[in-house]
Amino acid sequence: MSTYPEHFLYTKEHEWVNAAGDIATVGITHHAQHELGDIVYVDLPKIGTHVEQGKTLGSVESVKAVSDIYSPLTGEVTEINETLASAPEKLNEDPHGEAWLVKIRMSAADEIKKLLSAADYQTYVGAES
Amino acid sequence: MADTELKRTPLNAVHRASGAKMVDFGGWDMPVQYSSLVDEHHTVRRAVGLFDVSHMGEIEITGPGAQKLTEYITTNHVAKLKLGQAHYSGLLYEHGGFVDDILVHKVADDFYFICVNASNQEKDYEYIEAVRRDKGFDAHVEFASDKYAQIAVQGPRALETLSKITPTELNGIKYYWFEEGQVAGVPARIARTGYTGEDGFELYLEPTKAPHVWNALLEAGAEFGIKPCGLGARNTLRLEAKMALYGHEIHASLNPLDADLGWIVKFDKGDFIGRDALLKQRESGLSRKLVGFEMTGRGIGRDGYEVSVDGAAAGWVTSGSPGPTVGKNIGLCYLPIAEAQPGRQFQVTVRGQPVDAIVVPTPFYKRAK
Repeated sequence: MSTYPEHFLYTKEHEWVNAAGDIATVGITHHAQHELGDIVYVDLPKIGTHVEQGKTLGSVESVKAVSDIYSPLTGEVTEINETLASAPEKLNEDPHGEAWLVKIRMSAADEIKKLLSAADYQTYVGAES
Repeated sequence: MADTELKRTPLNAVHRASGAKMVDFGGWDMPVQYSSLVDEHHTVRRAVGLFDVSHMGEIEITGPGAQKLTEYITTNHVAKLKLGQAHYSGLLYEHGGFVDDILVHKVADDFYFICVNASNQEKDYEYIEAVRRDKGFDAHVEFASDKYAQIAVQGPRALETLSKITPTELNGIKYYWFEEGQVAGVPARIARTGYTGEDGFELYLEPTKAPHVWNALLEAGAEFGIKPCGLGARNTLRLEAKMALYGHEIHASLNPLDADLGWIVKFDKGDFIGRDALLKQRESGLSRKLVGFEMTGRGIGRDGYEVSVDGAAAGWVTSGSPGPTVGKNIGLCYLPIAEAQPGRQFQVTVRGQPVDAIVVPTPFYKRAK
């Protein structure tokens, strides 16, 4: 199944990264939204926030549970997806597209090597579930 | 607990084949949702939903002393039950705390059928059996969970759905009454009970026949939009209806008066376990009370979150969630009795931050009759 875009990179905490130049678009995966179920709140950092790889970036809350989002990369938040504040359900509908979370200007390009390929992530979630 | 140790209901393979998301629920491998929790919730409020609740336990008390034993171990008035009637009740310790909350069905003068919580069933059985033995009641207590699967069909179209596959005249079964009948050709105890705040039925039947009855119900309800529903929707439905969940609103350290369940305690019926402790508490007054709340700030007060009044720690949330039908973030919490009035503002500590909430009357949702 090709649920996970080939040109994205992934974390074991179920975030995805789509890097272009020094800007990385970040979201949570289909697996993450499916596990959470109906999403009701998305909390994102302010533009300009410095975030670090593996540290909390924000949180996503569903009817059932609240879950932290971990930053897949170190850098500065340059943009956030404002539409999620009023339409958090988009995260269930299009987690790899319209419902991206933040854009980060990467400050440690090497970190990207620690991320998983689509195939590796698919294997990982396949094994986990 | 490893997957291999999880207990399975007779419908486990049906859930797995349908792609339901399964979770470890108190040692049981249970469906938490099939499609979407919110969609399943609305389906039960607006049409009809189907739940596998076969993990629930059953205990049968029979014999000449069955009524006396049942009366002694529970808080509600067993002698007032008519044949074919059921009631909600408490099974308490001497100190008044809950062993469990239960449904007592009077099947015959010498036969009481008790539905208990899944995770408490062995404990309940041992407790009741020990009381029977120690006090010398002339009754037999049987751990009967293996004899029954339980399927709940709930919602405004539940009656029409079930009617299509049973000869039983369902309109003749009043709320909290039951009849022995057949569903899809299978002998079943058909009870007009539920845990959703909607009209509906709970069916007790032989485990091996559960998949057949389940599929027959799905087929019968197709024209009404029936959907299988998971424990996630069951939780939001019961929360909106303010029905207690063992381990949350009630447990061994909480009694029925704390939990706003005084209506199931019949002090006048004679002696029962926990009566003295509850009488004392009634005389000395309650220190805390279970109340409903709505979040007025942005956030969801979830199970276990602390609550504070005027900056001072005051209690804890027992259950909290968005209420899909009421359209608000709701919950139940314990507050000091002096603060437990509708309109009282307080704060729930949501991930370290105090968020405003207000005490509201309950239930949050009541169906139109």
